[in-house]
Amino acid sequence: MTSTDPRLDGPASEAILKAGRFFRRGTASDDLRTVTIEGGREADVFYRDRWSHDKVVRSTHGVNCTGSCSWKVYVKEGIITWEAQQTDYPDIGDDMPGYEPRGCPRGAAFSWYTYSPTRVRYPYIRGRLLELWRAARAEHADPVDAWGSIVSDTAKTAWYKRARGKGGLVRCRWEDAVEIAAAAHVYTAKTAGPDRVAGFSPIPAMSMASFGAGSRFIELFGGSMLSFYDWYADLPVASPQVFGDQTDVPESADWFNSSYLVMWGSNVPVTRTPDAHFMTEARYKGQKVVVVSPDYADNTKFADEWLHPHPGTDGALAMAMVHVVLTEFYARRATPEFERYAKQYTDLPFLVTLRTRSDGSVLPHKFVTADMVGAGVLAEDPGENAANKTVLLDAVTGRPVVPNGTLGHRFGEQGAGDWNLDLGEVDPALSLLEEREGTTEVVLPRFDTTRGDAGTITRGVPYRTIRGRDDDDNPTDLRVTTVLDLMMAQFGVGREGLPGDWPTGYDDPQPYTPAWQEEHTGVPAAQAERIGREFARNALESGGRSMILMGAGTNHWFHSDLIYRAFLALTILTGTQGVNGGGWAHYVGQEKVRPLTGFQQVAMGLDWSRPPRQMIATAFFYLHTGQWKYDAYGADTLASPTGENRFAAMSTPDLVAMSARLGWMPSFPTFSANPLDLGDEVAAAGVSAAEHVVGRIKDGSMRFAAEDPDGPGNSPKVLTVWRSNLLGSSAKGDEYFLQHLLGTDSSLRADQAPEGHRGRDMVWREDAEDGKLDLLATLDFRMTSTTLFSDLVFPAATWYEKHDLSSTDMHPFVHSFNAAIDPPWETRTDFDTFRLLAEKVSELSHGHLDTRTDVVAVPLAHDTPDALANPGGTVSDWKDGSCEPVPGRNFPKIVTVERDYRLIGEKFGSLGPLAEKAGMPVKGLLLKPDEEIGVLRRANGETRTGAGRGRPRLDTDIRMCEAILTLSGTTNGRLATQGFEQLEVRTGRELADLSRGESGKRITFADTQSRPQPVITSPEWSGSEHGGRRYSAFVINVERLKPWHTLTGRMQFFMDHDWMAEMGEQLPVYRPPLNMHELYGEPVLGSTDGSGGAGAALTVRYLTPHNKWSIHSEYQDNLLMLSLSRGGPTIWMSAEDAELIGVVDNDWVEAVNRNGVVVARAVVSHRMPSGTVYMHHAQDRTVDVPIAEASGKRGGIHNSATRILIKPSHLIGGYAHFTYAWNYIGPTGNQRDEVTVIRRRSQEVQY
Amino acid sequence: MRVMAQMSMVMNLDKCIGCHTCSVTCKQAWTNRSGTEYVWWNNVETRPGLGYPRTYEDQERWKGGWELGRGGRLRLKSGGRMKKLLEIFSSPTMPSLDDYYEPWTYDYDMLVSAPLQEHTPVARPYSLISGEPMKISWSANWDDDLGGSPTHMKDDPILAKVGEDIKAEFEETFMFYLPRICEHCLNPSCVSSCPSGAMYKRVEDGIVLVDQDRCRGWRQCVTGCPYKKVYFNHRTGKAEKCTFCFPRVEVGIPTVCSETCVGRLRYIGLVLYDADRVLEAASVPDEHDLLAAQRECFLDPNDPEVIEAAREAGIPEDWIEGAQRSPIWQLISRFEVALPLHPEYRTMPMVWYVPPLSPIVDRVAADGGDGEDSDTLFGAIDTMRIPMEYLAELFTAGDVDTIQTVLNRLAAMRTYMRDINLGREPRGEICEAVGMSEEDVYDMYRLLA
Repeated sequence: MTSTDPRLDGPASEAILKAGRFFRRGTASDDLRTVTIEGGREADVFYRDRWSHDKVVRSTHGVNCTGSCSWKVYVKEGIITWEAQQTDYPDIGDDMPGYEPRGCPRGAAFSWYTYSPTRVRYPYIRGRLLELWRAARAEHADPVDAWGSIVSDTAKTAWYKRARGKGGLVRCRWEDAVEIAAAAHVYTAKTAGPDRVAGFSPIPAMSMASFGAGSRFIELFGGSMLSFYDWYADLPVASPQVFGDQTDVPESADWFNSSYLVMWGSNVPVTRTPDAHFMTEARYKGQKVVVVSPDYADNTKFADEWLHPHPGTDGALAMAMVHVVLTEFYARRATPEFERYAKQYTDLPFLVTLRTRSDGSVLPHKFVTADMVGAGVLAEDPGENAANKTVLLDAVTGRPVVPNGTLGHRFGEQGAGDWNLDLGEVDPALSLLEEREGTTEVVLPRFDTTRGDAGTITRGVPYRTIRGRDDDDNPTDLRVTTVLDLMMAQFGVGREGLPGDWPTGYDDPQPYTPAWQEEHTGVPAAQAERIGREFARNALESGGRSMILMGAGTNHWFHSDLIYRAFLALTILTGTQGVNGGGWAHYVGQEKVRPLTGFQQVAMGLDWSRPPRQMIATAFFYLHTGQWKYDAYGADTLASPTGENRFAAMSTPDLVAMSARLGWMPSFPTFSANPLDLGDEVAAAGVSAAEHVVGRIKDGSMRFAAEDPDGPGNSPKVLTVWRSNLLGSSAKGDEYFLQHLLGTDSSLRADQAPEGHRGRDMVWREDAEDGKLDLLATLDFRMTSTTLFSDLVFPAATWYEKHDLSSTDMHPFVHSFNAAIDPPWETRTDFDTFRLLAEKVSELSHGHLDTRTDVVAVPLAHDTPDALANPGGTVSDWKDGSCEPVPGRNFPKIVTVERDYRLIGEKFGSLGPLAEKAGMPVKGLLLKPDEEIGVLRRANGETRTGAGRGRPRLDTDIRMCEAILTLSGTTNGRLATQGFEQLEVRTGRELADLSRGESGKRITFADTQSRPQPVITSPEWSGSEHGGRRYSAFVINVERLKPWHTLTGRMQFFMDHDWMAEMGEQLPVYRPPLNMHELYGEPVLGSTDGSGGAGAALTVRYLTPHNKWSIHSEYQDNLLMLSLSRGGPTIWMSAEDAELIGVVDNDWVEAVNRNGVVVARAVVSHRMPSGTVYMHHAQDRTVDVPIAEASGKRGGIHNSATRILIKPSHLIGGYAHFTYAWNYIGPTGNQRDEVTVIRRRSQEVQY
Repeated sequence: MRVMAQMSMVMNLDKCIGCHTCSVTCKQAWTNRSGTEYVWWNNVETRPGLGYPRTYEDQERWKGGWELGRGGRLRLKSGGRMKKLLEIFSSPTMPSLDDYYEPWTYDYDMLVSAPLQEHTPVARPYSLISGEPMKISWSANWDDDLGGSPTHMKDDPILAKVGEDIKAEFEETFMFYLPRICEHCLNPSCVSSCPSGAMYKRVEDGIVLVDQDRCRGWRQCVTGCPYKKVYFNHRTGKAEKCTFCFPRVEVGIPTVCSETCVGRLRYIGLVLYDADRVLEAASVPDEHDLLAAQRECFLDPNDPEVIEAAREAGIPEDWIEGAQRSPIWQLISRFEVALPLHPEYRTMPMVWYVPPLSPIVDRVAADGGDGEDSDTLFGAIDTMRIPMEYLAELFTAGDVDTIQTVLNRLAAMRTYMRDINLGREPRGEICEAVGMSEEDVYDMYRLLA
């Protein structure tokens, strides 16, 4: 430091400054650098005023977001000013970072919407429809007749449908809007059936009452609620396949407990913004962080290692890691910790039969079940449900045994007390290698050729022979091996004495070695090997605290179920599932409705009528947006060479229809007849509904609508959308929607399947009319593609203008929405709008519907004895005459529901009697709210007149919230304990202690208003918060030996359903991204049109990852987010690709493929890998989207270039854990495998 | 010794996720008004990148901050005060709106009101300045997440200084985020630049403010601030800047940006410093000494002499306690992991940063080393994706050794804690190797995690 006296400037300015001291207020420092002022600071007042406010209200955002962050909404003089995150989350324990302040920039920008120019302030209607309506009403006093006069006139319908999406919305009165919507509902039910009415609204957890009000209306009406989780391709189908569960994952704070975290296809800072800090903080505790991402994603910043496989090849990388784990921790040496885990919690020791084909080759076939083996073979008599009791070999006695806990123990009287994972004296043999009778080669499929064609590998397994069922004189011997032995063969882990083709080492590029994966992924073999080893080693050392955090990046691929099964093989083989800090952590779209039981009661109207109609949205849209007509390839294209040609001559839509008729998946509209008319016929015929329906199907007078989606009356007529921007966001194949569902202009460019390529069973109608929907109605507070294309737009209250509940799987709290202001202008809450609709429908039903009997076709249901119906997953199709249709086995269950349409409004507002009379089903339990109804009656008051007389009121959103909380185990300790006590009877294990301490605790809505409330451990979920621990999935299974809801009761590696075998996917296997050139004739990836430079066309992968500046399409139109980003739609591309086609940053580009056209500006960065572009998810066409050169029409949304691709194996149902539940299992609307041609367009754009 | 109290902030860049929540909540609370459309008191820059306003760190161009003149005297880089006074009516050196960005909006109303037409209605962009349709070509955060990108990297003033051949290549990609607010400097060049005496530093907490009544809109402060954190409100014609949320801080609530920081990387607290030492510290000739010089201005709040002097200076007892509990003191002076942004501007900034640590080990591991092993860990820092020279140009006036020391401490914390995490015997030698005690490392872990 200088020793001389430090000075400023020169002497002249010093003199001025010295003088200046006397002319201005404040105190200049002695060295004249700076001025400080004490007091007299009235000029500050501007900022004090700015900060002042009148009140702060707790609320949150009900957009489709996992955050569930509690916010403070500031209000001044009745105006919402801004928001900031709440900081009053309950403490989550010592030595853990806290949850607050949960939130993100998108949520922080929400209040912009309240007064924005895109706010929907009044009801709107399409001008042409209003014109028709007025004329019709002048002619018809009855609104239902008026609606009928319009929609029965094709000239009129074409006239208003053609105008959809082209402006021309006009204001109308609320009364008219509600009347039109109600009339459309009543007319449709009367003439076509209530199952021609549908509702779409996603993810209830983010605002349960808003969702539930609409779904309650739809279900009371008999309409179909469309699923969202599978439709969004957020449902990891591997979860029901492996765990028998929809999705259950750790809360984000549990990341902090992990000591090895792989973020695989989940860009945590962007998509899990409020939770990311647990990851950054865990690093300080010594957690190693590995990022797997094809681009330098935001989370790579935190990585100790970055692996960048080529997009869609993640499965190959995971397969190689599993190869390493099996080699080093199972084959070369036994790891006692892993073996113990594998024996108790996995299907690895279970026996599988080996089938010999006519050519002598051998294939893995089916699980050995107790009914297959001869008398006396098993140590004990298996008792009832033998066909659903799987068998393993006891290493101690050398005898086959049925261990406790299989599906066969789950249902029926004999299984009580035995549905558990207690192995007793049994020591399962994981492998038969030591005890083998012989070895045999098995043929295993492979799909890793460059074109994605299939081949086979031949590798050996040890086997033993078991005497088969000797109920005839000629017992068959069963040649069996274990699932682990098959896994070893599948993964190419050779062991001494086994025949077949085995890799010679990690460097031998045979399936599935590290060297092999390098050829597919580009990830260095040594790195794949090391990460695989480290993952397992860390698990071993930490007791299972290795975790894979995964998401949409890997889950949206066509073969994502296989990618996930490879991931899960890693987490299960290393004993990490059911351990805090370990296991899979899948986060995309699931969002736990923690108070599940109560939610299901009120939202599905189960308190008044059962079953609800719940539809798989993927199939619904696949059929009714006409996408099925563009699939010219045979369903067997994706089959395995080890299959039996089950899909021969069939198309994908054929399989969809087959899944419907076999009772696997739901299908609404169901039949080519009005289910209300069927009700009349049943009454007239005096037979059972099932008998009548089967009869009509068999005599050909009626068919399944899924086989003839274009048939008259076979399509949906009315669709109501709320809390969603379907057409600007999730509509995969958006242009198909516009073309076929709505009947307006589109940029669809694809050709329909030519004759001879239209499947086997589907009815092809050349004269099919576009514009299937008569009415598209939307509730929203902002203008989106969906409102622009809607016929009716109801002005909705925002999230700061109503009461509701929020929960998520990211944190263990339930908290509330509260109205900071009343709904402004003419807006209404979703609850109020649906209540009005319900009442109006009732009013208009008089004379049109009155009381009718509705015949509902229901698929075989998950977590019920239906799971026992088709042992072995053996498929026979009654349609080909090979067997008889039997409802509840190979045909949907046929149930009648009496609906008094005049009472829907009254029922809507009261909790119905079935809640306690029939009980509240959840996850195979049946909760009895015997005390809760009284509690609710006192809390909500009771209805005094009408259908709901004497019942608890549900006539306001707060009362609906109260019912949800009161009727759920997570928020009502008494019910949680009751559920655990039921489970104790079935499992014979102590469980109720997990919640008994909180039996007296009931979380009320007022509690959630005061601060976020931690939930109670409940059998509704598989984890435990007991004792203040962090939630992790399957903790109860692992610690309390409660079985998984699968066939074996364990986590399943092997899947023996006929269709899984047909697909070659009995075991985890690698399948590369679909080849769109082969399937649809798109140009080959990487090909150019040869012109070079500006305007040249390049074919690239077209990925749509989640956006930093929006939550789906919400916020992407928000001025704050637009100002922080590029101000409109963008496509990210690599520097190399940009140069190749003459694009510089911010140039306008067009992406064109058969599905449609997208116009956006280019963002060029070297963080992108070449050959792939990102059009971030849910960029709508509403903001800064010009006219496309390629189509001459408005450039599309991100999903204008995508479409649905249905994977046949997702349609499996009716068998063990493949049985159906809504949003639980079903075909996913995946879109990741898409390619597009991209080029620089004219920089002169027209709007 | 003249003890003064200063509200200050440390941001742990290693935790920053680049989410911009801070920017939005700040903007919503303070500057979403006409005249300040382009103003973001708090912004977050992706580095490498140009910053906001573009290239503001290029002081050869923008002339912000102080420099050492003849005889080691500190003078404003934009010229001595004589010069400033003489040039008061001429246009000062300052960024134009283009250097920030031209704010815009859209004709959203078309979405509701468009008549029946050929195409789907759309909202197109219009300038908020001219009202004309525009093509958006820059924003408040245009180069977000690019990691520089080929087009923009060449204009990053820090990369230019680093001078190394840093390529815009996929395999070489690196980026991190730099959230910025006003530095509330101990030696604020904006205050010194103001010809109207409208800018001042609050005596009790050092917050630098603009007196809205006295500001005459000369905009010399905009020039004088090397961080370009004073903005011109083109509606009122007055300067505005980050107020450290004084209406909140005064009643014991943190700043908006801190309270809403989802990455939990912002620490705020009081620092006691010796006002008599500031000018001397700001005047040390060697830029590499500026960090140490500024640290020496800070007073140990637990030192009885300091406490006595603070009382004499009229600092209330609870403020002294606040300074003792302050995480700022811990991070800057005890653990020495926080560093000032551009000390070479000589303004003695009071928003400090813990530099980013990750990603670190991938190349070491690729060479066959074990990334978790403490022996290779320090070596790993040499091969961190983010060049240490880049961080040095931001935080230590180019002194790479200091950056390395800080990063080693963070890495040592991870290694030390990993043993505890896995139930192994913790190794004190890891802490010793970076000049810290086990207690220090553990406390640092508790504070950072």
